[in-house]
Amino acid sequence: MAWEVVIGLEVHVQLATRSKIFSGASTAFGASPNTQACAVDLAMPGMLPVFNEEALRMAVKFGLAIGAEISERSVFDRKNYFYPDLPKGYQISQLDHPTVKAGSIDIHLADGTGKTIGVTRAHLEEDAGKSLHEDFHGMTGIDLNRAGTPLLEIVSEPDLRSAKEAVAYLKKLHSIVTYLGISDGDMSQGSMRCDCNVSLRPKGQAEFGTRTEIKNVNSFKFVEKAINTEIERQTDILEDDGKITQETRLYDADKDETRSMRSKEFANDYRYFPDPDLLPVVIDQAYIEAVKSTLPELPEAKLKRFKEQYGLSDYDAEILSSSRQQADYFEAAASAAGDAKLAANWVMGDLAKNLNQQNLEISESPVPAEHLGLLISRIKDKTISGKIAKDVFTAMWNGEGSPDNIIESKGLKQVTDSGAIEAIVDQVLADNPKQVEQYRAADEAKRGKMVGFFVGQTMKASKGKANPQQVNQILKQKLS
Amino acid sequence: MSFKSISELLNGLTQKEFSSVELTRDYLKRIQQYNAELNCFITIAEDQAVEAAETADKRRETGAAGLLEGIPVAHKDLFCTEGTLTSCASNMLSNFIPPYESTVTRRFLEAGAVCLGKTNMDEFAMGSSNENSHFGPVRNPWDSTRVPGGSSGGSAAAVAAGLCAAATGTDTGGSIRQPAAFCGITGLKPTYGRISRLGMIAFASSLDQAGPMARSAEDCALLLQVMAGHDPMDSTSAQQAVDQYSHNLGSELKGLTIGLPKEYYNEGLDPTIGQALQEAIKTYESLGATIKEVSLPHTSLSVPAYYVIAPAEASANLARFDGVRYGKRCDSPADLDDLYMRTRAEGFGAEVQRRILIGTYVLSAGYFDAYYRQAQKIRRLIKNDFVEAFGQVDLLLCPTTPDCAFPLGSKSADPVQMYLEDIFTIPTSLAGLPALALPCGQANGLPIGLQLIGNYFQEARLLNAGHQYQQRTDWHLQHPTLG
Repeated sequence: MAWEVVIGLEVHVQLATRSKIFSGASTAFGASPNTQACAVDLAMPGMLPVFNEEALRMAVKFGLAIGAEISERSVFDRKNYFYPDLPKGYQISQLDHPTVKAGSIDIHLADGTGKTIGVTRAHLEEDAGKSLHEDFHGMTGIDLNRAGTPLLEIVSEPDLRSAKEAVAYLKKLHSIVTYLGISDGDMSQGSMRCDCNVSLRPKGQAEFGTRTEIKNVNSFKFVEKAINTEIERQTDILEDDGKITQETRLYDADKDETRSMRSKEFANDYRYFPDPDLLPVVIDQAYIEAVKSTLPELPEAKLKRFKEQYGLSDYDAEILSSSRQQADYFEAAASAAGDAKLAANWVMGDLAKNLNQQNLEISESPVPAEHLGLLISRIKDKTISGKIAKDVFTAMWNGEGSPDNIIESKGLKQVTDSGAIEAIVDQVLADNPKQVEQYRAADEAKRGKMVGFFVGQTMKASKGKANPQQVNQILKQKLS
Repeated sequence: MSFKSISELLNGLTQKEFSSVELTRDYLKRIQQYNAELNCFITIAEDQAVEAAETADKRRETGAAGLLEGIPVAHKDLFCTEGTLTSCASNMLSNFIPPYESTVTRRFLEAGAVCLGKTNMDEFAMGSSNENSHFGPVRNPWDSTRVPGGSSGGSAAAVAAGLCAAATGTDTGGSIRQPAAFCGITGLKPTYGRISRLGMIAFASSLDQAGPMARSAEDCALLLQVMAGHDPMDSTSAQQAVDQYSHNLGSELKGLTIGLPKEYYNEGLDPTIGQALQEAIKTYESLGATIKEVSLPHTSLSVPAYYVIAPAEASANLARFDGVRYGKRCDSPADLDDLYMRTRAEGFGAEVQRRILIGTYVLSAGYFDAYYRQAQKIRRLIKNDFVEAFGQVDLLLCPTTPDCAFPLGSKSADPVQMYLEDIFTIPTSLAGLPALALPCGQANGLPIGLQLIGNYFQEARLLNAGHQYQQRTDWHLQHPTLG
């Protein structure tokens, strides 16, 4: 049977507030255990939560960025369950009145197609602490530094139809929250964690199949693998006329498999009710407008502008607009170069290759955008050839300074004086009489290939500085 | 000296008739003498109290005296006090020494008050008789075979027995007013949000409110002045400006309309209490007030609604006591579930467990709408009853309790009977209104409590009405003879 895959994602984004969502403790990552947990985070008796308005501002920003309706009144609820890293015995979250209501996100796929994915809601909540099972010999350590870190849980509609779409959605979400500056988006530190709801149904069937939820997947790669693994598992079961159990599963990256965590029968009854320690959060249109005025240009708008303003392809525009740093770098380079297409090629080509090799972010590039742009402009004004430019780029990467300095100090300026080139060509022909003879004896079809030898020799003799077009032209004249 | 009002004591301190150290030692002596029988105190902070009194005397000397400089008070054992055991009368917290100070007790410290110790109470403030304490029941100083009321029973009994000048209490469904009535003292439950809850161990967050327990409305006014005010660390504390309560005590009652909610004067009311109330009503008429009957039609629904909402909130509030971070932990837990179950089974008393179970039940999937949501609807109806009534009258006058202090053990076998003790105090708690309980008579040597209910943030009017009554009567000056 042909199966259709249905996927919905719940993404937890850690908001980049300085202090926690309900206490004044710092949210910085990596401090030694329990040094960033105050009496409120430890749920000491009599302690009370005070809402950090910065988290609200960030949630509203996100809502506006995805065209969602913003609740003028949102309510915090208690989600009750016992776990050692949940100090109060309940998590403060939003159930019936989330800050962000329905919105949508556009995604673009590698095959050039696009799709709009519905976002059901996004609500504010606090993160739990961490249970540490290693190093404690039969005991569990609790680190509450993370407890109370603000999270925005973004829930998608079941609009995704493949692991690829899920990843595209997640990447777009990542680019939106980092554009907005509301999260560092660092998945390796858990700043973005994803629960994937996966189900299958016979193609053409309207109602959904039974779904499973894969908890806490924390990289783009794992999301894709976990979903595909789960699709395979479910397909196998359904093909054998089996039934899918509604349950929570964990993805084991080492074994590339998902396994059952708990089934629905053992699911918690969270007994949500409004938190009486916190007042409903009430905001007005003026507040929403004020937040709106602080929104930066968002990835989707930037993508469109890149295509229109710079004439970039869909693919190039998508890649270059995927992160704010990348887009800013590209625009600065394009402006210095006076040629957007060449700038795009360099940013996505040599620069990206070098960054990848050394595992650097574009913001950490040793070559400033302006220098890359200048380098490109030197190709355009024929000061250097494209080939020499690669050497100049390497020198720039190694910290040898601006392109002009490098070209100057290494004497890399292109030779365009035809007299000088002619002299070199004459020398090359004189040094290779045999090849000249062969060339002249050959027919037109073969000559095309053979001329390359002379170009190479000439370029070599000029230390790469001779203008290749001129070399070609002069060679053809002299050989004919 | 032990039964003097705070203003008399302050006067004595200013006139140097006695020092705070002498006053403090006098109360400590009485505590040593009577606490064994009454069991009002869980912790007696003798050394700190004397030290604080010495400091207070010095400050008074230098002219830097605070509003309560050198006045010995006691705090209910659910206010966190830095460095001093704060047990909530529970085995669960029988080893808990907070590293921080509650806003209420901090304000007392800043006003120069001397803390004599921490008073006994019903465990986690759950109870109406003070029999639910890990540290044993408190006895009523008027008759030690009877209960002092609860949950602030230790505070009420300590004030009534002259073991402190005043005490703090908290009121969730009547926990200040009912023990005040049973012990013949004056107690105020302020408007919800008037006093910060920070550092007050929570029972039911939407209802809990701290308040003063003292010998008179006048003393309560002074204490409220110290306690009231916005606290940025408690989101539910009100921004509303704080009135000058003591300055407002001289107002005449002429032109004031007092409502009698007819639902409170029913056949369930003890006839002696009914008689005492009629006398009080006459006194108010003679003070110039107009009396008018009003109706609070949803009164009978208040107890069931309260016993859904309060346990629901408590079930979550008490989840933090899990044996993981502080407080009691059971011996050698086998695994996590064993740690949770035995810690909580051993740490909580029967009434606390009962309310956690009720609360968990009413919030459960499938029951939420039938119980919790219905109860919230009732809560709104009850609030509307009061809003309506306050459209017609300035204050409400009614009994605080349906009967006087009952014998120890007489109601502890029947929780529902015990819950009905709070029928006259619960509606105001659900509505979040301020109410003052003050003595208005005696029946067989036991105090009878009058209750005045005010509109939101009208504590000044309430205290003035109580003070005017106490200028005409001397019930508040009666005190028990201790054996």
